[in-house]
Amino acid sequence: MGNVAVMAKELVKWFGEEDAKTYAVRGVSFDAHFGEMLYIVGPSGSGKTTLLSMISGILRPNKGSVVVEDKDIWSLTSDEIAEFRLSTVGFVFQDYHLFPRLTTLENVAIPLILKKLDWNESIQVAAKFLEIVGLKERAHLPPVKLSTGEQQRVAIARAIASSPDLLIFDEPTASLDGETGRRILDFVKKNILNERRCIIIVTHDNRIFEYADKIMKMSDGKIMDVEKGGSDEE
Amino acid sequence: MKGILKIAYKLLVNDKGKFAALLVGITFAVFLMVMMTSMFAGILHRSSSTVINIGAKVWVMDSAVNTTANNIPMPDYILDAIRSIDGVKYAMPLYSGAALVKLRNGVYQSVTVVGLDDTSLYGRPELIEGTIDDIYAENAFVVVKDAEFEKLGNPTRGTEFEINDHRGVIVGIARVTSSGLFGVPTLYTTYKRAIQYIPSMRYTVSFIMIEPKSSDAVPYIKKQVALLGYEALTKDEFTQKISRFYKYQTGLGINLLLMTVISFVLGLSISGQTFYTFILENLDKFGALKAIGAKGKELVYVILFQATFAALTGYGLGVGVASFLIAMAKLRLPSYAARITYANLGYAFIMVLIIAGFSGYIGIRKVLRIEPFDIFRG
Repeated sequence: MGNVAVMAKELVKWFGEEDAKTYAVRGVSFDAHFGEMLYIVGPSGSGKTTLLSMISGILRPNKGSVVVEDKDIWSLTSDEIAEFRLSTVGFVFQDYHLFPRLTTLENVAIPLILKKLDWNESIQVAAKFLEIVGLKERAHLPPVKLSTGEQQRVAIARAIASSPDLLIFDEPTASLDGETGRRILDFVKKNILNERRCIIIVTHDNRIFEYADKIMKMSDGKIMDVEKGGSDEE
Repeated sequence: MKGILKIAYKLLVNDKGKFAALLVGITFAVFLMVMMTSMFAGILHRSSSTVINIGAKVWVMDSAVNTTANNIPMPDYILDAIRSIDGVKYAMPLYSGAALVKLRNGVYQSVTVVGLDDTSLYGRPELIEGTIDDIYAENAFVVVKDAEFEKLGNPTRGTEFEINDHRGVIVGIARVTSSGLFGVPTLYTTYKRAIQYIPSMRYTVSFIMIEPKSSDAVPYIKKQVALLGYEALTKDEFTQKISRFYKYQTGLGINLLLMTVISFVLGLSISGQTFYTFILENLDKFGALKAIGAKGKELVYVILFQATFAALTGYGLGVGVASFLIAMAKLRLPSYAARITYANLGYAFIMVLIIAGFSGYIGIRKVLRIEPFDIFRG
């Protein structure tokens, strides 16, 4: 196991106030390491997505801290957090959120463009990542012309285009059939995960548990159990 | 920043349906605004046609006079008094009045008769047929070949008509810079013949035209004329006075202003609504951009760029369509008064910037409020 990539301490998040106050996450602490594929699993409403949002710099916790690569991210300004997300975190959203009016290649280039790379350079780099996910030939098609599995791979290419240390997958197999889901996760495990990268996946799809290094089970905003995943050989 | 703007451009332009709807809305609004203000500018320009065509530098009139069409005649001695003012190089009388002419076919036609100073013919038009000296011939009139020319039966030199029981003869055909506003033909003759042929009041001098020795002398001349109980205005001041009269005292200005405001509101609502829908449809994508790491100001640039690009493209198209139609209309309808001025284009440009600002504002408000967490929650 590599160094600690993410250190979450006593994270608490609630929504609403007074009578309407609802706790989504109740004092969660955990570490995620480089070279590790960590699954956060649990039923709907267990606080998985809220926890994921807090550790990726999207949702400010009410209590607790998140340290990523020795940096307490919630002590940063909003612009610094945006910069942190851009340079350190790659997102693969459940619905992918690809831009239908841009080509596949341009979609992948977005994080690079946000990092102020020149347009042509961004496109060249994006093409390499599109090749990694095996969609070089689809580069100039709009995402709507691709299958769901291909769109998933485009989203992965976009997420890794800025070479982030932390990759966040939100329900990556929710729109995929079992076989495609497994193939995607196998691809991620073999090609995207490395010793300088940590991947955190929120899912309740037990068909892909075999690829996890560690599975963190959540219920009612708390971590109920942490298990070694199906791929852990230690 | 160039890269993100290129993304913004592609997001806007590749959504062909929305982009077309935005352009149609803005183009239509700009077209209407330019047409309305151009028509108004054309009307105002024509309302000052006598001032423009005669071209005198300083005009003396009763201070109650608002246009060249309604003048209050001045006594002859005022002309003498003005000629004696220091700084006046020369001063000439001008007659301007309405009359009815009876054509050879028996039809009566209203005309404007301009009587030029007999000795100098100061303010004479440029002749395209005949010579100006022919104006001294018996019963001689020079007709202006403008949009109203054919109302006199397309006269030629030698064409006769009757004016207040006097015989009139066309001795020359002239052209002028600007046609008149009221749709009546214009006849030039000498001052003496004009007051002799057309029934007039006790005093006969409609305007006194002054050529100052220098432009520095104008303030002094104006002061001296005021002491005589009259008003001296430079050509530009008189034109502005006429414009102010039509703008504020005839209802013309307020009506055209209302039409222009309606065009603006129309454009504002079409483009505002379309742009808002465009933003709403892409809201999750903007949220995703935010989650990926786009800063608020970058999203503001994206939206402002899209709104401004759509607005300026619509502005160009609107001005182009309006110019083309006005040019076409002028070829077919010589009396069509519309006139595109830099001021009109400037007003339309400001309006279009307001449309872009408003559309951008509602888009920015929406996008800045979206939380990336909402993207995760779906």
